[in-house]
Formats: sequence, C-alpha cells, structure tokens
Amino acid sequence: MKKYDVIVIGSGHNGLTNGAFLAKAGLDVLVVEKNDYIGGATVSRNLHKDWKYSNCSYLASLFRPEIYRHLNLAKHGLQVVTYNGGFTLTDSGDYLGSFSDHEVMRREIRRHSPVDVDAYDRYYHQMAKWCRFIRPLLLRTPPDPTSFKPRDLDELKFLGKKFFDLGQRDLYDFMKFFTVSVGDFLDEFFDSDLIKAHKAGSAVVGTNLGPRSPGTAYVLLHHYMGDVDGAVGAWGFPRGGMGAISGALAGALQEHGGEIRINAGVDKIMVKRGKVTGVRLENGEEILADRVVSNVDAKKTFLGLMEPEDAGEKVVKAAKRYKSRGSSGKLNIALNGVPEFTALPKGSELIKGDFHIVDNMEAYERGYDEWKDGMWSTNPYLDILIPTLTDPTMAPPGKHFMTCFVQYCPSKVKGQDWNADLLKKFGDNVIDSIAKYSPNFKDLIEHVEIRSGQVIDNEIGLTEGNIFQGELSLNQLMFNRPFHGCAQYRGPVNGLYLSGSTTHPGGGVMGAPGANSAREILMDMKISTTVPEDEGDD
Amino acid sequence: MTSQLKPDHWRSAVKYSPFYNKIKEHDYVNEWHRWAEYTTATVLEDTTIEYFAIRNSASIFDITPMSKYRIKGPDALDFMNRLLPRDMTKIRVGRVAYTVWCDDEGMVLDDGTVFRVAKNEYLLCAQERQMEILRRNSVGFDIEYSEVTDEIAAISFQGPCTCKILKNMGFEGVENMKMFDLRFFDFPGGEIMISRTGYTGDLGYEIWTKNDQAELLWDSIYEGGKDYAIRPIGGNALEIARVEAGLIAAHVDFSPANETVRPGHAKSPYELGLGWLVKPDKGVAFNGRRALIKEKEKGSRYRFVKLDVEGNKTACNAYLFDKENGKTIGHVSSTAWAPSAKTNVALGFVDMPYGEVGDTVWAEIYYQKELKWNKRWAKCKVMKDPAWNPPRKTLTPPADF
Repeated sequence: MKKYDVIVIGSGHNGLTNGAFLAKAGLDVLVVEKNDYIGGATVSRNLHKDWKYSNCSYLASLFRPEIYRHLNLAKHGLQVVTYNGGFTLTDSGDYLGSFSDHEVMRREIRRHSPVDVDAYDRYYHQMAKWCRFIRPLLLRTPPDPTSFKPRDLDELKFLGKKFFDLGQRDLYDFMKFFTVSVGDFLDEFFDSDLIKAHKAGSAVVGTNLGPRSPGTAYVLLHHYMGDVDGAVGAWGFPRGGMGAISGALAGALQEHGGEIRINAGVDKIMVKRGKVTGVRLENGEEILADRVVSNVDAKKTFLGLMEPEDAGEKVVKAAKRYKSRGSSGKLNIALNGVPEFTALPKGSELIKGDFHIVDNMEAYERGYDEWKDGMWSTNPYLDILIPTLTDPTMAPPGKHFMTCFVQYCPSKVKGQDWNADLLKKFGDNVIDSIAKYSPNFKDLIEHVEIRSGQVIDNEIGLTEGNIFQGELSLNQLMFNRPFHGCAQYRGPVNGLYLSGSTTHPGGGVMGAPGANSAREILMDMKISTTVPEDEGDD
Repeated sequence: MTSQLKPDHWRSAVKYSPFYNKIKEHDYVNEWHRWAEYTTATVLEDTTIEYFAIRNSASIFDITPMSKYRIKGPDALDFMNRLLPRDMTKIRVGRVAYTVWCDDEGMVLDDGTVFRVAKNEYLLCAQERQMEILRRNSVGFDIEYSEVTDEIAAISFQGPCTCKILKNMGFEGVENMKMFDLRFFDFPGGEIMISRTGYTGDLGYEIWTKNDQAELLWDSIYEGGKDYAIRPIGGNALEIARVEAGLIAAHVDFSPANETVRPGHAKSPYELGLGWLVKPDKGVAFNGRRALIKEKEKGSRYRFVKLDVEGNKTACNAYLFDKENGKTIGHVSSTAWAPSAKTNVALGFVDMPYGEVGDTVWAEIYYQKELKWNKRWAKCKVMKDPAWNPPRKTLTPPADF
C-alpha cells in the first residue's frame, strides 16, 4: 500500500501553499479535499448561469508576494489586478469617497471635515509605521518566549530589536495600539464620525467585537498590512475570481508532483504510539503517511479529526476554549447591470472600489448589540464590491457580480439553526439596506446566494463561519495562535502539523501560515527549505 | 472655515494660481508639475536662461502654492515662541524669521518663514501642510489660526535688478529694507506686502497680494522691469539657485519627521546645519527643547555638509566615503553645477565626527554618457560658506544692478 510523505487535509489556499512547497522540496504530497471542488474559502463557484462567484473570500492583498513568485503562480495563471475607488454612503444622501490621488483625497476629507485633513496624513504614516513593524513577521515562525532553544532566542532577539528600533514614543503607542479599540484609536486622529466610520469597517470585519471593544485596532492593521505590487494597503482582484489563487496553487503543487483528491473528507487522523500514521476517510478508506498537515482550524482538528486521547487533555481543553465565533454573513449577487447610487455624481468611478453603508460609529455598536442578542444587524456594515467592473471574466458581457460581506450575523439565530426562511429574511434585510441608496438595485438582481456563518461552516468547515479560522484577538496571536504548545505549527503528536489561518499570522488569503508550516516540516526532516524569506520593505 | 467643496470636486483636481494666465504667456514647452494642489511650471523655455534671470537680472517665480497660515491673537508671540526653537521675542514687527519647527524628539517637521506683520499677528509660510501642527499646539493659547494659502497670491522676485524695478514701480523706500524686513505698500486694490526674502541666496523680494491684485501686480512688474531682462522662471531654475546657495529642501534634503516612518530617518536642526536657530536658553519651553539640549550634550548623529566636488560630474545620489574606496560615511542629497559660483556643488550628510569644514571626503559618482554608465571617484572639500553668497544679498541699499 502506498505511503505518502505528507497528507494535507483541506485544499484551502494555505493547504495548497503548504503542499506545493513540500512537493517542491521533493516530498510525495497528497492533498485531500472533502468537497468536489478545491480551494476551501478561496474559490470561484459557478452557481448561476455563466457567473463566477467568489462566494467566500473576495479580495487579495495579504497574499505574500514571495509565495506568488517562488511558486511561479504567474505561470500557473494567477493575475492580481488592483483597483481604486470605494466610498461610504451617508444617511444624509452624501458620500465619502476613497481617492487614490493624495490631493483629491485631502479635498474629500476637507469637504466633510476640514480639521481632519492633516490628521488623515498622520493616520496614514502611523499605519505605515505599524505595517513596517509587522510585515516582516508574517513569513516567520513566532518564537516561543519560554524556550531557550537557540532559534527561539534568535527570533526573540529579532523581535526585541524591532521593538526598540521603534523609538521611545512609538513603542508606547505600539503597545497601546495592540490593546485599544478601533474607536479609541481613530479618536486619536479624527473628529468626524463619518471618517471614523469609513475607516472602522476593516476593524470589525469577521470579528466578534464591536468598535469599542479592546483589541479591534489590530484587526484594522491586519487588513491594511497587505500590498499589491509593493503598494501597501492596496487590494486587488484575482482575475477570474478568488479561485484563480487556489487554481494556480494547485498548478504549482501538481507541477512538482503533488496530488489532489476531491470528495475525500477525512474522518480521523490516525495515530499510533504518539505518532501519526495517516488519515481515515469518511468512506472508511485509510491512506498512510508519515506526516499529516491539518489545514482545518484548531477546533475542528483537535475536537473533530482527532481522538481526544490522541490530542491529550490540555490540547482538547485549549481547543474548546479557542474562540472561533461566527459574526458575519455574505450575499453573492448576480446583477443585470450596474446599480446606480443616488449619492454618487454622474461619471464617478468610485464604484469600482469597496463601498459601505454605515456612516457612524454608534451604528456599528448597535449592530454588534443585536449580534450579542443572537440576531443579525438590522443596519449592518456592508463591504460591497463589483469585481466585474474591473475583471471582465466573471460575468457575461453587461452583467455583473456583486459580493456583499455582512457584519454582523450570528452563527445561530437566537440559538436556532439557520433555515431557508431565516436566510431569506436575513438576505432581504441586506438587499433592502442597499436599495435605500440605489433605486434600481432590486430590479437588477437576477440571482442571490445567501450565506450565514453556519452555511459556510457546513460547506467548507470554518467553525461557525469565522473567516479567520479563529478570532484575531491578542490572546490568539503570535506565540498564542491557536494556543500555547501548538503555535509553531506542530501538533500534540509526532508528525502532525497545522497549516491553516488558525496559526500565525492568522486569517486572510495570505498563504503565510501554509508556507511557515512547510518550512517547519522541512526543518524537522532536515531537508533544505523551499520556502522563501520575507523580501523586506527597506 | 466651512468648506465650499462640491461632491464632484474631483472633476478638476488641479488648482490654477492667479498668476497662471500670465505665466502661461511665457510658456513654450508645457512642462508643469503639481505643487500641493496647484500646477506649477517646471520649465517655461530653457532652464539655463531662466536660471540666469535669477543671477543676472530679475526673475519671477510663483509661490502661491506654498502653505500659508495666519496666526493672530493676544498670545500670538507666546504661541510662536512655544512652537519654534528660535527666540521669537527678538523678531520685531516688520521682521521675518527663517526657522524650523520640531516634534518632541527634536526632529524637524519642516522649515519655513514667519512674518511678524503686526504685534499680535504672524504669517507662517512653509512647504508642507501645518494646519494640524497649529491646531495641536494651540491648546492653552488665546490665538486664532487659519489657512490662507488660497487667499494670498505671492511671487518670489529675485535677482540683482529687483530693487531697481520695485523703485521704478513706485514703492518708495523699498531700497531701505534690510534682509528679512517686511513692509506694506499702497497698491491699487489695497495694501500689498513686500518682504526682502527668498530662496536663491541673492538679492530678492517676495511680494504678497490679494488674488484679484495678482495680474495687475504682474503687469506693473513687467512695466517697471521692461529694461531689465525680467522673466518668469520654472522650478528647475530655482532648484539650481537654492543648491548653489546651500539652502535645504523638505523631502529632498530632509524627511519631515511627522511623515517619516523609518527610525533614524528624521533629522534634528543640528543635523541640518541649523543649530543657530535653536535657543534652548530663551527662557521658555518650546517643542523639542529637552531632546535638543540632550543632543547638544551627547552629540548629533549626522552632520550637514556643503561640498565642493572635484571635476565637473555632479555627485547625484552618491554615497560619501572617508577615502577613495574607503568606508561609507554618508550620502549626497542635492547637487548642482553652480553656473555663477563655477563650482560643482553637493549638499549631503555624513556621520559624526566626519565632515568638519576643510575636511576632505570622497564621492563615488556614476554618470551617463550616451546611455553608457561611467564611474569616477571625486575628492570633495567641505565648504564653510555656500558656493554662492554675494555681498549684494545683504547690501542695503542695494545697487541698481
């Protein structure tokens, strides 16, 4: 019977990244996927006529350029196209636009709040400082601060040097930044509630916290630290939808001899005498391997795919406590044309970017209150894009695809499982919210896919539909992600590894967890690494 | 100031100075760039010809795009003294001060000129935006401040014939103005302000008017200067003059501290060769004072140097070394072949303790001839004074030409 060097459970982008680097190093790699399509949450699904839906993740920015380059993803068809624009619509019928030109952006800020114009520059430079701190950490394994291993000490030294390089004042600000709420953070810069609301969205996306909850400022940075072709903070569309990323990664994996099996859901990770021996599929088939990489989140890996006695009491307890609550939902909409927004002047190109409808901080907090109560927000924060205004490949000519991310949305509605009726009510609320600003929107809708966290969980296995495979709170970051003891990509038994966003540096279509995990595996096998280092900004 | 901006302000993203139409009449090459919100000429005809108007006759450069702020109120002097490291009690009404301002770490935010137009009123002019710096520092002071960038049209009028031309225009007594004096003169449409200031290291003035006076001012300068080879210039000509005069520029020679992300990349006044502006003992606290006192005691990291570079190849973007093929000790930030001083000038920074006046450092110069790159080592002597520093810059009353 064939025995693989490595089996990767789950063909999400991190699993594929992990497998591709291992295959590139000459290992015999098999990626098993429970669905009949690959990609996990990085997909282009053909769910309505000729439309392609990026029906989970919908943008690329965090995806590490080093992975893109070293796995030759351009050759495998990946093209990430950046976009400009975006806006926040206001209740009063106006808008706040995002302009790429610095002077025009300053004018736009001045139009709404003259005192905030210079503050906008200050905000930008502050974020640039934190990005510069954090970006080089993405493609590194977090050090264990309690370890005296030379490598951990070296990494701690590296981290320490970065800290002290910040200088006295920035060091204080930086410590504060990681613990404050996005509301408090933005208050340090802006007077205008609209500008704060325009910025705060990225801090609550996918997060089970409100804008006044400590720790949300970091989530803002998490969405800011990516780049497209070196432009930090920029976001882009993979041409052909998010599936282009998993498609290219699969191409790289196969180029190096790796295999993928779909319709191959794993029932259990097999362990014998403290060492993994392979996986048993849901159909009973057993596949042997010396190493198993779980690209599934920590909760599902340790509480679902492993026998408790294999995982051990401590890990089981930690996995139970690990937070991966669902807080968001999504609508994927096929449109017969481009919706008109009354607030936008004719000829505006801003609709090519991400747009939003919450115009004050209070509304976010109220939306969060409803979520705590087990309901979706009646006035939700929406992150909406129409990728087909940039990418012509995702819908028939003249038709459009709209992706609409919804915050907040509970994983169960007042404790009750989602059903068709609830989904429809949730979807109608979102559609009505958009239609308030766009009179022709409803008439343009041809098809809607409505997804709650529970729907996403059932389909692709993200616990409660948490987009980050676990919350991005300070207690679940760096050497505590997912929790102490498993933060260096190694599981509680020999030969078991983690590669998903449940590990450092966390969620987003980044590829870094998968790449870092591959580096650790190769290190354990004493094989020279194929995983690139961060290329640096300076 | 409430904003009059409309939701479709982005349709015209560029502002035109009140002098734009006048300048455009002299524009043959259509080379413009943006300076803040305004469009501004890079070259109008020929950089060298424009440069020589600065040094030989009279040049007009539109400085309307400069960031301009009015600060007034009973605490105006105290406020300026708190913000600026200079002793502002020494700057009387009718005088202008060149100065820098710093953050709490003593790093330079920007440099600019402060005009004391009345006992309790100042005009602040700078390259960068200062509104938030004013806002944050105004706490506790009884002052009002406002941005007046778009309300004041201004030109820099520089060259050896400028005083004569101003006299021809009827500005009586203008010849008695000393360097850094400012005065108000009658002009159709209301008083205008003339200051004996500039960015060329030469005899020259800056003239400040209301927008609706701009074209009349322009015409009257042309009338007064018709026999003096007067002409407008673009930014490239000015750049040569300022390097020749050893004057620094934001974003070229230093990175404003509030926009600097990388540790160690901002610079202090001492490191910019502007220690003479810092008065730690002026009797009141000012931004950056403690850090600057500490730096004065412990020593600076860098030294600003004005270099006389051997040979005729400018040391553009060059590294500086202690000797030929030696240790890297600094870098060049600005260069120009100085056509009046006939010197190959470089401005730059070296690590302490290198670069004392009279010392020699070396530059590794790369230059291109017909697309082929060549390399040359050049000995550079650290100059005490700017390459161009003529007596006429300060002579009062100035000669007619």
